[in-house]
Amino acid sequence: MVKRRVKKLEVHDLTIRYGDKVALHAASFDVYENEIFGIIGPAGSGKTSFLRALNRMNEMTPGMVVTGSIKFDGVDVNDWRDVYALRSRIGVVFPLPVGLPLSIYENVALAPRLSGIKSKAELDEIVERCLTRAALFDEVKDRLNSLGSLLSGGQQQRLTIARALSQAPQILLLDEFSIAVDPVTTMRIEDVLKELKKEVTIILVTNLVAQARRLATRTAFFLQGELVEVGDTEDLFKRKVEDNRTTEYLEGRFG
Amino acid sequence: MTSSFTTTELNRKNQRTETLFKILFGMVTVTLIIPVAVILITLVVKSDGIFSWAFFSEYPTNGMTEGGIFPALVGTLWLVAVALLASVPLGVAAAIYLSEYAEDNWLTRIINLAIINLAGVPSIVHALFGVGAFVLFFEFGTSILAASLTLAVMTLPVVIVATRESLQAVPQSFREACWNMGATRWQTIWRIVLPNSISGILTGVILEVSRTVGETAPIMFTGAAFFLPFLPTSVYDQTMAMSLHLYVISTQVPNVPDGLPYGVALTLIGIVMILNSASMAFRTYLRGKKKW
Repeated sequence: MVKRRVKKLEVHDLTIRYGDKVALHAASFDVYENEIFGIIGPAGSGKTSFLRALNRMNEMTPGMVVTGSIKFDGVDVNDWRDVYALRSRIGVVFPLPVGLPLSIYENVALAPRLSGIKSKAELDEIVERCLTRAALFDEVKDRLNSLGSLLSGGQQQRLTIARALSQAPQILLLDEFSIAVDPVTTMRIEDVLKELKKEVTIILVTNLVAQARRLATRTAFFLQGELVEVGDTEDLFKRKVEDNRTTEYLEGRFG
Repeated sequence: MTSSFTTTELNRKNQRTETLFKILFGMVTVTLIIPVAVILITLVVKSDGIFSWAFFSEYPTNGMTEGGIFPALVGTLWLVAVALLASVPLGVAAAIYLSEYAEDNWLTRIINLAIINLAGVPSIVHALFGVGAFVLFFEFGTSILAASLTLAVMTLPVVIVATRESLQAVPQSFREACWNMGATRWQTIWRIVLPNSISGILTGVILEVSRTVGETAPIMFTGAAFFLPFLPTSVYDQTMAMSLHLYVISTQVPNVPDGLPYGVALTLIGIVMILNSASMAFRTYLRGKKKW
């Protein structure tokens, strides 16, 4: 079942430096629309740096220098005149849930408000829809006005997913979302992601090789700032790989 | 046979040292409280019989040796209010720029250094600056406006530093989460950073108020008057002020009854203490509402 695959992101020769330190070296790969693109690799391999570059957060980070190009829908992200519009099309979920110091409702309503939506009915609808899609609504529907930071870790992480969805993003970046979440919640979120990929492109950075295997359509393996391998996830796991460092990592011999 | 829980000579030595330093630092702290206590007790004892409703509500009479302090009290409120109106918006704006927008380069570092140095400039120098800049150059004359602006310039560092510190206490991850949603810096500041640093900013403001209330030198040449038989009606009027009034009746006027300066001093300290208590209560209240 080979569908026509649309390139959502085209990464070409991307190099990221912090001062003298090279975080990512000359990486090139594509991400297709409506796939879950897994990025695996040990700590310090440049995974998060890639996410930051995609969002042009390098502009907010002193010392972070990005060369090469990332094309989003065929347009270089640096050519987007409105960086805020770019970022609002990309939802981000951090490793540790960042519940903004606002109520549950306001956490999810913030992005729509920023984009100019004022109608209470419309906001209500967005909040309910996003919380439902993040599998959180039933647990919090009676206390939408209590603080988001009072939720449990797993609930907060689903809240940040709901918040990311409230931007109506075209790409959802998940940066090791399951670090602060228990296994049961992780599985619930994974189910949510499988549903979501019908609508958005998901980039899943993870330390858990098994998680990438469960979810990702294709997977890239980063190691010490180098893109070692990128391909269909199944090929990676069925040893159809060119570089034996990938095999060693996948089999748990290091990392 | 010694078990591993037996107290060794080293344990005993550590405990003795611990006790020694605890007592030492405790004694230093108590010693530092003594002057404050002595001042307060002296003021209370010596001002005995001065306080009455008339003391707060009447004009000074008979060459300032009798009557109340009403115009000085009102004048101090004027000076503080106008000084705040000038320094809080400017100070908060500067702090927001320094904390949220400015890059960490040599210029920012020089500005930060200048702010710290501004806090170290003696108040009499601020007074002379006020005369030169506000009274003469801007032609405000000796007026509440000139005096308050002088006070504002003098207390700006307090507001800037307090605001900057409380802005920087807001976790960076909140900002990044907000930016990642497509928020501009200003939207992030307005919706996330400011609401969560307001308690620190208010603390700075109230510190500024209590300093402004007590200052004498900066207002002496710029707008505070020895004696006025009427209240100010606009910022272009001169005014009496508590701090200058205290200076005047203590050193410049003959035959002032003994209790009067003490009563004025106690009122002045009372205002500062009330403001500081209010600031601490308010800060505690806001901390209770802190959201992370």
